[in-house]
Amino acid sequence: MTSAVEQEYIKVIVFQLADKEYAIPVSHVQGIEKLMHITRVPKTPPFVKGVINLRGVVTPIIDLRERFNLPIVGEEDAARIIIITLEDMEVGFVVDSANDVLDIAADSIEQQPEVVGSLEEEFISGVAKLDNRLLILLHLDKVLNPLS
Amino acid sequence: MEVNQYLEMFIEESKEHLQACSEHLLELEKNPEDLSIVNEIFRSAHTLKGMSATMGFEDLADLTHKMENVLDAIRNEKIQVTPEILDVVFESVDHLEEMVMDIAEGGDGKRDVQATVEQLKRIEAGEEVVKVMEAAKEIAATTVQQESQLIYDDFEKTVLAQSVEQGHFAYEISVTLREDCLLKAARVFMVFEILEKNGDVIKSVPAVDRLEEEQFDQTFHIAFISKEQADDLQKKLMKVSEVEEVLVIPLENNVLKLDKKVETVEEVPQQPQQEVVKAVVEPVATNNKAQSPNNKSGHVSNKMIRVNIERLDILMNLFEELVIDRGRLQSISAEVNHQELNETVERMSRVMGDLQNIVLTMRMVQVETVFNRFPKMVRQLSRDLNKKINLEIIGAETELDRTVIDEIGDPLVHLIRNSLDHGIESPEVRLAKGKPEEGTVQLRAFHSGNYVFIEIEDDGAGINREKVLAKAISKGVVTTETAKTLSDKQINELILASGFSTADVISDISGRGVGLDVVKTTIESLGGNISIDSTEGVGSTFSIQLPLTLSIISVMLVEIEKEIYAIPLSSIIETSIIRHSEILNAHNQKVIDFRGKVVPLVFLDEIFEVPRSESQDDEFYSVVIVRKGEKLAGLVVDSFIGQQEIVLKSLGNYLTNIFAISGATILGNGKVALIVDCNALMK
Repeated sequence: MTSAVEQEYIKVIVFQLADKEYAIPVSHVQGIEKLMHITRVPKTPPFVKGVINLRGVVTPIIDLRERFNLPIVGEEDAARIIIITLEDMEVGFVVDSANDVLDIAADSIEQQPEVVGSLEEEFISGVAKLDNRLLILLHLDKVLNPLS
Repeated sequence: MEVNQYLEMFIEESKEHLQACSEHLLELEKNPEDLSIVNEIFRSAHTLKGMSATMGFEDLADLTHKMENVLDAIRNEKIQVTPEILDVVFESVDHLEEMVMDIAEGGDGKRDVQATVEQLKRIEAGEEVVKVMEAAKEIAATTVQQESQLIYDDFEKTVLAQSVEQGHFAYEISVTLREDCLLKAARVFMVFEILEKNGDVIKSVPAVDRLEEEQFDQTFHIAFISKEQADDLQKKLMKVSEVEEVLVIPLENNVLKLDKKVETVEEVPQQPQQEVVKAVVEPVATNNKAQSPNNKSGHVSNKMIRVNIERLDILMNLFEELVIDRGRLQSISAEVNHQELNETVERMSRVMGDLQNIVLTMRMVQVETVFNRFPKMVRQLSRDLNKKINLEIIGAETELDRTVIDEIGDPLVHLIRNSLDHGIESPEVRLAKGKPEEGTVQLRAFHSGNYVFIEIEDDGAGINREKVLAKAISKGVVTTETAKTLSDKQINELILASGFSTADVISDISGRGVGLDVVKTTIESLGGNISIDSTEGVGSTFSIQLPLTLSIISVMLVEIEKEIYAIPLSSIIETSIIRHSEILNAHNQKVIDFRGKVVPLVFLDEIFEVPRSESQDDEFYSVVIVRKGEKLAGLVVDSFIGQQEIVLKSLGNYLTNIFAISGATILGNGKVALIVDCNALMK
């Protein structure tokens, strides 16, 4: 989220989707799980994969590839579910793989990304350049928004 | 003497005993001749007395004792049971309840009950039962003081006397600490510790709290019952360091004899000889007698402990993790196919099955725990209001989550009071209207779909909508314009608005106009809602709908392709297998003939857009017949799996309002199954 501005460094979880790397502040991440059985919930948008049993809590799962209109691939071993909390919501994101935990400098985040191309801009709160890596910071409110 | 750890147990048990008293009193009112009921009440009162005396709540014990005297007189047929007498006894029970509540809230259980005590005494005396005079007791007390270091009041004497009856010894122990003793509180503690291992401390002078604060000189006195010999006790106590002297004096020969002496003196002017002595000494014996042949009367005292609900939540979640691992273990053992492993896993699964039942039911409480206080309340109110009212309770065994139970009591009290006060008419009015003289209030609880309903129905006057409207407008609750657009139901519900009261005469029972809107807010805060149906002149029904969150419901698990869905058993009428040829078409709707009724079919695979690997063409369909009110529907599924108790879980705050899905549950294999909302499938 944009709260990065006030801090000098923010700690983020870096994950992979297709050929790009994305980042979510650690403060919003509750945990990273391996893929498990997902129960489909009917009459929901296609990017809602369903719900899982996360230690006794029924948690909805969003497939970020579907959400960002990226090509769908089969289940990979590296695929992970990143459990996010935002306000009173708890949601899991299916990603290709969870790569890293990084500290990124707040001033390395640029607000207006132009490089992103196909990805819908509304989900992006900024991009951070780190050496030769480009991290896309997600706007969690927007990613979770349209269902409310 | 650390009593705090017993306090909660004491409170729980006191409540149970008081509840038992109330129930039996109500029963007694219906069958005044049945003296076995009196015995039951007597037993509860007696236990309560003993407990409160031990815990040091003297007012509580004292009042119980007075009540016990009256009961004893009834039991011995000295007094005829009359409504007036029962009123006083009820009043005493009310006082006792208040005292226990006070103690539960951290008070000392003190309460001014002089009036009730006087009445109890008068009953006792008025019916020529041997009277225990206050003056005589004073004498007794002073006499005791002269002979021993301690003053005993009535109940302490009783406790002592009973212990002696049971073969214990009663002692008075004086412990003197050395003058140079530095840790007096610690020594006191050690003395009490030894004593409590060997018997029961009845009383101490100074009181325990003062002892703990070292507010005494060198000596303190204790009344004590034990099976130990005096010598042994003395030796044990002398082992505490810094103790100067220990005196153990057996008590039988002063206090107890005194008891009898006093009673005998009192009895002389009146007739029968040993009644009071019996009242004091006999209860234990009666107790035992009553217990053996009367076991069938069903008073099983529940042993309770209180557990924080949070801990239960944690327990539940941890348990669910275990269930997931059990599933894994089962599949591993199936793969490995090692006999011993298989056996172990199988046994573990069985144990976990039992454990699961316990964990799941632990949070659930029957609404009975709330409902059981109403009969007495209705009785009292109907007497106050001079109305004849019969309260019927249906579905008291319906289970609700503990958190909801705790909250729902007060709103229900309000609503019942309201029905009694404003709903049911006075007997004269009822007769004039051609209704039975006795009004009926029905309190119902039941599960339906994903909700628990609690309904209060009265056959009273109903709501006068014109009056309600006029009042609402005059109070500014609604404007004249909006008033015209309101439906009947909406007008009914105006009485739930704040600042509303239609009673012509404001009574202290209801009608302050603050009650019903509080009811509404409380229920809404629980995630429920309240609605009112009313026909003027016929009666009103207040219907409270509460969500089943966290409750356990029975469901039928069904399978559609590879997906498992749960259908609440409360909606299901039956399941059946029908032939393809039995399906009829009516207005583009597939229907079947089910026991002479035309029932529309709902194909769940279509509703839930279940991905089909291949189109199936079975000759037979599995159909679950469900109901919503009068309406029926047949849900077509692939196969039935079976019935199961499940915990209802919400889908969280992200997925809300999913069509025809009311929640989810976690199955034995750790997977999530969705719960079908049958109500949404029938319009």
